[in-house]
Amino acid sequence: MDTSIWRPILYLIGVMAFAGVNAAWLGWCERKGAGHIQRRIGPKEVGPYGLLQPLADGIKLMTKQLLVPQGVDGILFRVAPVLAMIPAITSMVAIPFSATFHARPIELSVLLIFALASIGMMAILLGGWASNNKYSLISAARSVSQNVAYEIPMLITVITIVMLSGSMNLEEIALQQKGGFWNWYIFPIAGQSIAQAIIMPVSFLIFFTCSVAETNRAPFDMAEAESELIAGHMTEYGSMGFGLFMMGEYLNIVVGACLTAILFFGGWDSPLPFIPSGVLWFVLKIYLLIFTFIWIRWTYPRTQIYKLLNLSWKILIPFSLAILLLTAVFIKIEGILI
Amino acid sequence: MNEYWRDILYGTKSLLIGLKVTGPEFFKPVITEQYPHFVPVMKERFRGHIELTRNEETGGSNCVVCGMCQRACPSSCITVEGEKPEGSKKKVLTRYILDFTKCSLCGSCVESCNFNAIQFSREYNLASTNKSDYIFDLVKRLEEQR
Repeated sequence: MDTSIWRPILYLIGVMAFAGVNAAWLGWCERKGAGHIQRRIGPKEVGPYGLLQPLADGIKLMTKQLLVPQGVDGILFRVAPVLAMIPAITSMVAIPFSATFHARPIELSVLLIFALASIGMMAILLGGWASNNKYSLISAARSVSQNVAYEIPMLITVITIVMLSGSMNLEEIALQQKGGFWNWYIFPIAGQSIAQAIIMPVSFLIFFTCSVAETNRAPFDMAEAESELIAGHMTEYGSMGFGLFMMGEYLNIVVGACLTAILFFGGWDSPLPFIPSGVLWFVLKIYLLIFTFIWIRWTYPRTQIYKLLNLSWKILIPFSLAILLLTAVFIKIEGILI
Repeated sequence: MNEYWRDILYGTKSLLIGLKVTGPEFFKPVITEQYPHFVPVMKERFRGHIELTRNEETGGSNCVVCGMCQRACPSSCITVEGEKPEGSKKKVLTRYILDFTKCSLCGSCVESCNFNAIQFSREYNLASTNKSDYIFDLVKRLEEQR
């Protein structure tokens, strides 16, 4: 079965459809969320509850001219928006939606996803640099420094998870948290020691903060920063070039939410053992996390770049290192006791 | 070092308070009015352009064509005309034209009227690209309201 050509084709279609639908309709979700948090309605004119708004937006973007301004680096300028989408879609391949619903089981899927996430940042760098525009260049420089700063604590917290589970396979990590919400890594009261249960929520907070920063979302959207940099790396892009950047951003959010759900919330595991687990639980978890992303965006104002870097270098990195150390100690002690 | 920890604790706390403020707002009912679909009725004290007050007994206007409003208007946007029917002592209003293009809604006309004949309307949907739409015939308006 694994060698059949249909499996990759079907999964390709499935992943593309999931990615496309999410990229389009998360924009709708975001606008609705923003609207209701500000006690407005949000989009409502196009279709019932404004549900056809993404289609209208897409058609509008596609009918516009794909303008390549004079003086830009032609190839890189065209490559950058595509590069914003590709890593996000590719990392979907490694994400297990449930024990059986999985595009391709990869032994080192954690490593693969984080490698792809770093490539995603290249889109902003190339787009900003190729635009030959001061605002875009500042935005590119900012986003690189931001991504470098936030990848470190993120990876360190992932290492703690990998140490706990002893595997770099996302499916394996999710399977280890099976059997009720007390086994999830965010509060492992039954599985690990009490001290572990206290530090894991902190670890989750660090990971979540970093994933907000990695996806360039407000309050960490220093790369876009409308009020200072117009639209940052997207300034010179119109039409679907801009559209691809936006879709890439939403897809990164989906990937971030999937990772958080698998690493800390047990993946497709149901919170109570007698309720059957399945894909629905996973989908519910990722959309709750995405709602939190939207909630955070419409609550906090944008930070300043130096405060952003201070948060990472002075707080998140020391804390994540301490957590890594403590986890290692706890694992060692348990090993001795047992 | 103390300040470092305090920053983290208070920072986290204030961020959570921020989320607590916006979170419940999401579930509260929407307060914006969907204007073209639902047209709100203006409040009692809204000062729109003037209109003639209807006399409940006669169904007509209270106006005696004294011309006080016309004189009180600083922009001379009011034209009042009346005639004295045969055998009647009072004048009867025949024409009341308000040139709303010049009106600044100062209310001097309403203040100057001793007969409670004019009042502010609650009309606000007045956008038009045609200048002549703003020459209001208030007598006609009173008849249409009946």
